[in-house]
Amino acid sequence: MNDYRSIFTEGLWGNNVVFAQMLALCPLMAVTTTATNGLGMGLATTGVLLASNVVIASCRNFITPDVRIPVFVLLIASLVTLADMAINAWLHELYKVLGLFIPLIVVNCSVLGRAEAFASKQPVSASAVDGLAMGLGYTLALIIIGGCREILGSATLFAHASLLLGDGFAFLETTLIPHYKGFLLMLLPPGGFLVLGFLLAGKRAMERRVQQRKERARSADLQYGHCRVP
Amino acid sequence: MNLLDIFKPEHRQTLRYQVVLLGGVALLTSAVMGIADRLTRTDIANRQMEDLQATLQQVIPAGYYDNELVRDTATIQDGERSVVVYRARKAGQVQAVCYQVSAPGYGNTAIAIIMGVDRNGTLLGTRIVSHNETPGLGDKIELSKSDWILSFTGRSLSNPSPEKWAVKKDGGVFDQFTGATITPRAVVKAVKGGLEFFAAHRAALLDEAEPVTGAKP
Repeated sequence: MNDYRSIFTEGLWGNNVVFAQMLALCPLMAVTTTATNGLGMGLATTGVLLASNVVIASCRNFITPDVRIPVFVLLIASLVTLADMAINAWLHELYKVLGLFIPLIVVNCSVLGRAEAFASKQPVSASAVDGLAMGLGYTLALIIIGGCREILGSATLFAHASLLLGDGFAFLETTLIPHYKGFLLMLLPPGGFLVLGFLLAGKRAMERRVQQRKERARSADLQYGHCRVP
Repeated sequence: MNLLDIFKPEHRQTLRYQVVLLGGVALLTSAVMGIADRLTRTDIANRQMEDLQATLQQVIPAGYYDNELVRDTATIQDGERSVVVYRARKAGQVQAVCYQVSAPGYGNTAIAIIMGVDRNGTLLGTRIVSHNETPGLGDKIELSKSDWILSFTGRSLSNPSPEKWAVKKDGGVFDQFTGATITPRAVVKAVKGGLEFFAAHRAALLDEAEPVTGAKP
C-alpha cells in the first residue's frame, strides 16, 4: 500500500468519498447549490482531511485501540475550530463565503473515516497523500454535483467564483442562458438527491460496461487462445 | 517506578495509560484552542467591525457623517425590545440613525433588516442582513438577487400614506414577487414598524433632550 500513485487514484476516483464510499452526503446536500460553493467546501475539507490524517498518523503509535475514537474526535474537532478561527481572522473575504460551511466539516464522517481506516495504520507520508487525494476526490464530487444543480437550477456555472478565488478567476463565471427563470427544485434538497442518484447510476452503468468488455475479452481469449480445453 | 513508565509500550493496555492519554490529548487541544483564540480574537473583532461598518455605509450615504459610525451607539428601549442604534453625526449633530429591525418571514424564521433614517424620518436605505427565505423565491429581497429592496429608499411614513404601506396585492405600492408574497409583505411591515419606532423615539434617537418644535415626525 506504499504505492502513492495507487493511493492517489483510489482516493480521487476508485474509492471516492461520495461516489464509492457514499460518505459525507449531509454537507454535500447542503452546500452544492452552486459549483463555487462546492469548490469552497471541498477545498476547506481537503485542508482539514490532510491535516487530520497527518496528525493522526504521526501519533498513531501512542493511541491505543480502546480510546482511539474519542481521541480522533478531539483532534479533528480542534483542527476544524482552528481552521475556522484562522480563516475568520486572516482570510476574512473567504470566510464570508465559506463561513457557514467550515463548522460543517466536523460532522463530515469522511474525516473520521479516513482517520480510522487509513491514517491510524499507515505512515505519515502515505496518510498525507491519502488525505489529499480523498479531499480532492470529494472536491471533484462537490463540483460535479454543484455544477449540475447550478446549470439546471439557475443556468449559470461558477457564479460568484471571483468572491472565493479572487478577481483573477472571474472568467470562470458563465451564464449559459440569460433571463433563465430558474428551476427551483434543483436548488432545494430534492435536487441534490436527484442529481446524486443519476450520477451514481451513471457511474455504475459505466463500470458495468467496462467489466463486461473485460469479461468478453477474457472469454474470447479462453476460446481461441492457447489454453483451450480439449 | 518512574512516573513516565506508563508510556512504555508494555503499559499501553493499562487503564492508567488510557486515562492519561485521553486527558493529555484533551488538555493539549484545549491549550491549542486557547492560544489560537488569543491570537485571533482581536483580528476577528476587527473584521466583524469592518463588516458592520460596510453594512452601515450601505444604508447611510457618506455625506451624512464625519464620526465613526460603529462606535457611536445608543440603546433605546422600545417596549420589551432594546434596539441598538448607530448615530451618524456631522459637527456633533445627529444627521441620521441606523438600526436593525426584524420580521417573521416565511416559516416564521427571522429576516433581519438594517435601515438608515435621516432626521426627518425619511429612509436613506434598507438592506437585508440575514434571512432564511426560500432560495429562488423569497430571496429576491437580497440586493444581490434583485433591486427590490431599493424601492424603500426615499420613503417615509407620509410617503406613501400609511394605508399604502403594503404590497400591491394588499392595495399598497410595493411590488410582491411571483410565487412569494409572504416575504415582501413581512419586510414591508417591518420597515414600516421601523419608521414608527423612529417617530416614537425621535428625540432619544437624535440625542436631543427636547424635541424640536414644529419638526414633522
